[in-house]
Amino acid sequence: MSIRCRVNGEPVELEVPGMRRLLDALREDLRLTGTKEGCGEGECGACSVLLDGLVVDACLVPMCQVEGADIRTVEGLAETDGRLSALQRSFLERGGAQCGICTPGMLMAAQAYLEAGGGPEDEAIREAIAGNLCRCTGYTRIIESIAAVADAPG
Amino acid sequence: MRTLTPPDRAAATAPVADPPLTVPEPVIIPPDGATPGAARPLPLRREGPEKLTGTAVYVDDMVVPGAWYGATIRSTDAHARFLGLELDDAFDWSQVVVVTAVDIPGENTIASIKRDQPVLVAEEIRHHAEAVALLAAPDRRILRAAKRAVRVRTEPLPAVFDPLGSDHEFARYEVARGDVDAAMAAADLVIEGTYRVGHQEQLYIENQGMIAVPRDDGGVTVYGSLQCPYYVQPALRRALALSESQAVVIQTETGGGFGGKEEYPSIVAVHAALLARAAGHPVRMIYDRHEDIASTTKRHPAIVRYRTGVRRDGTLVAQDVDIVMDGGAYCTLTPVVLSRGVLHAGGPYECPNVRIRGRAMATNTPPNGAFRGFGAPQTEFAAEMQANRVADALGVSPLELRRRWVYQPGGITPTGQVLRDSVAGLEVLDRAAEAAELERVRERTAAQRTAARGTRPATAHGIGLALAWHGAGFTGSGEVHLASVVQVDLETGGRPIIRIASTEMGQGTKTIFPQLVAAELGLSEDEVDLAPVDTSQVPDSGPTVASRTAMVVGGLVVQAARRLRDQVETATGRPFAASAADFVRDHGPLRVEQRFEPYPGEPFDDATYTGDAYPAFGWAAAVAEVDVDLDTGEVAVRSVVAADDVGRVIHPLLAAGQVEGGTLQAVGYATIEEIKLQDGRYLNDRLATYLIPTALDAPRIEAILVEAPFEGVPHGAKGVGELPMDVGAPAVVAAIHDATGVWIHDLPATPERILAALVGADQAADGAPA
Repeated sequence: MSIRCRVNGEPVELEVPGMRRLLDALREDLRLTGTKEGCGEGECGACSVLLDGLVVDACLVPMCQVEGADIRTVEGLAETDGRLSALQRSFLERGGAQCGICTPGMLMAAQAYLEAGGGPEDEAIREAIAGNLCRCTGYTRIIESIAAVADAPG
Repeated sequence: MRTLTPPDRAAATAPVADPPLTVPEPVIIPPDGATPGAARPLPLRREGPEKLTGTAVYVDDMVVPGAWYGATIRSTDAHARFLGLELDDAFDWSQVVVVTAVDIPGENTIASIKRDQPVLVAEEIRHHAEAVALLAAPDRRILRAAKRAVRVRTEPLPAVFDPLGSDHEFARYEVARGDVDAAMAAADLVIEGTYRVGHQEQLYIENQGMIAVPRDDGGVTVYGSLQCPYYVQPALRRALALSESQAVVIQTETGGGFGGKEEYPSIVAVHAALLARAAGHPVRMIYDRHEDIASTTKRHPAIVRYRTGVRRDGTLVAQDVDIVMDGGAYCTLTPVVLSRGVLHAGGPYECPNVRIRGRAMATNTPPNGAFRGFGAPQTEFAAEMQANRVADALGVSPLELRRRWVYQPGGITPTGQVLRDSVAGLEVLDRAAEAAELERVRERTAAQRTAARGTRPATAHGIGLALAWHGAGFTGSGEVHLASVVQVDLETGGRPIIRIASTEMGQGTKTIFPQLVAAELGLSEDEVDLAPVDTSQVPDSGPTVASRTAMVVGGLVVQAARRLRDQVETATGRPFAASAADFVRDHGPLRVEQRFEPYPGEPFDDATYTGDAYPAFGWAAAVAEVDVDLDTGEVAVRSVVAADDVGRVIHPLLAAGQVEGGTLQAVGYATIEEIKLQDGRYLNDRLATYLIPTALDAPRIEAILVEAPFEGVPHGAKGVGELPMDVGAPAVVAAIHDATGVWIHDLPATPERILAALVGADQAADGAPA
């Protein structure tokens, strides 16, 4: 079926089976491989993207559900001139990324949290990223990275 | 004593003016806009921007035109005779290649310590999920249909699942010092315990994956997620009968390893390469999570029987330890895992009479292998349980007992190794205890227990301590046999490039090596290049395992950089940074190669298990605080303070990240990570059923880096990766005891085990039969 949506602000039209996973459409049809597959069953959050501003696991979303939707992925996070966003920069400076495989999904969950007005409180940030598994960091510096941006003026 | 001096050691250590390499030290920054003489800021993670923007290329992100998709047909028996593969005649096989054992051009073995593990089963299936055949097809739909059209015919054989019931031994080691039996008999108190620890899955978030591309020379280039390119390359050469230049291995960005990508990638690579050869196309062999958990290696389960003899005043007089590890169906790295487990089983405590015996047994379960800690977390859990139980029995503080027992400089280990320098057990102990306010919190939890007597509160709070040592680098003569090589080249334009096989998998390899070389050469990090990990471009600097990269490979790279600087400065008479480009213009490119030379000390004797087991030890202490729900048995780990001595710290942020991440893996090992088996098959082989800690489960972790430099390397670094894995679990279990009064002997300390222990304690208190 034909699906029309926006991906990182760009209008996109795809001819795909309705049950094709959003994850595969992003990675294979659009070559946006920043979104990762960790488990394929909604447990790890590595494929987290924003669907109309909400965090979803792209492995669980069929394309027939994204008609007309606004989808954002890690590729859309940096500033228009290519500079890292404040959130990406914070992860880089504070050790929020190690092996990097959970990082895109983690960033998207953090982005949704910040856009919803989330603050620097530890418990609230933990709640916001509870669906995103990280095996490298112990989460400590991910939480710090997010809190620093939530705390920053402006 | 034998002291070997490598050719350049004099050059490396003689100049008194060599600056220490700690990052916070002021280092002159070259004139590229920065202020000369200002403290050098920590370099940011070198590949960080790519990881943060989604442009880093992991194996499954590679676009390979014309690539086919590969799959593995696996056994569903734990032990069986393989009778044959039945291909459904109704299926169109014209677009599918099928590879079985008879199609292997070389030897049907995965190159490792022994040659017992086949690439594909030829006759006998020895574990569930063992690879029996391979399929490849041009698209996933055909591949899925083909998989359904294959049937594996087998004849079941009796299977062994209990290592204690196995008569097939992979390895056996014994360490002995003093007279254990006499000392135990004379001891005032003997504490005995049997501890069981289970499988643990590495659970890197990126699954195993390889892409094999046929080469024009008849060989294969394999791209993939791996820790050890020079383990994969010999495996390819042996199984596919290739020359050195025909087998090329290139690491892609690697989404975590933790030991899980030490030996298993050899299997994935050989499988992909066999399919690519048969299909005449590149083949993608990317595991999904279910296949990854079901078939790849885990941490070895172990049963540790331990007796500790002490005098009434707390003096440690005897340790008698018996270790049985479950190796699974094939040898893999099991002997080395067992060896490390045996060598660490006494814990970081000096004891005059020690006997440690270990065996690793074969069972019909998927092979176990490397996982951060490599045998030490299993045996040190037992050692720390014993230390805490002795303290409890004597009514002394676990901190005070350890302060008396811990190795001091000059201490002698069970193998007779004299701990001459870099002995920091006491320091990490005190630093962790102080930061966590251990003694003050213990007083509070004791008061809480007194107040609660006769009542049944809903939750109880507890605090626990553990201490560990971890040998840095390969065990025994391992580094001598490895004989690692690094190269630092000066290329056209005067840019240095580092050539090493050490892999980045999140720990910071790509950041610290340019940092080390830049400091030696007076450059900024971005003026130093790092060659891609590609076996056609880098020498064999050994595997990225055993907490050896920063220490061993780092030392070699620093030595090479110093020789490079000396050669250039001697020729030009000017500082390296100002003259490297002129040097290359006048003399051409330069390669400095540095080969490992043994560190000073007593060589290890593999026959008697005596001598220096490790060039140096790292030291780690952890203090954990928990809340235990007394109705459900659930444990919430609230905080962990971890103090780790890693030698000279190269990059504090990255080192702390290692300590924090390792600590959480240890907390998972202690509380929730458990593999259930049924007839040799992992039951919880999905991420929905094998649980690892989320951000909500994770405690607040405070990492304290302690620096006791290792004198054997010019930059003083020891390993960091594995240390925190050794202490987390016993600290958590000690905290559970402090909260509840019950000891949990088996990991993980699940609600079921805790409730059962609480019920048992209640019944004992009531005088009811247990």
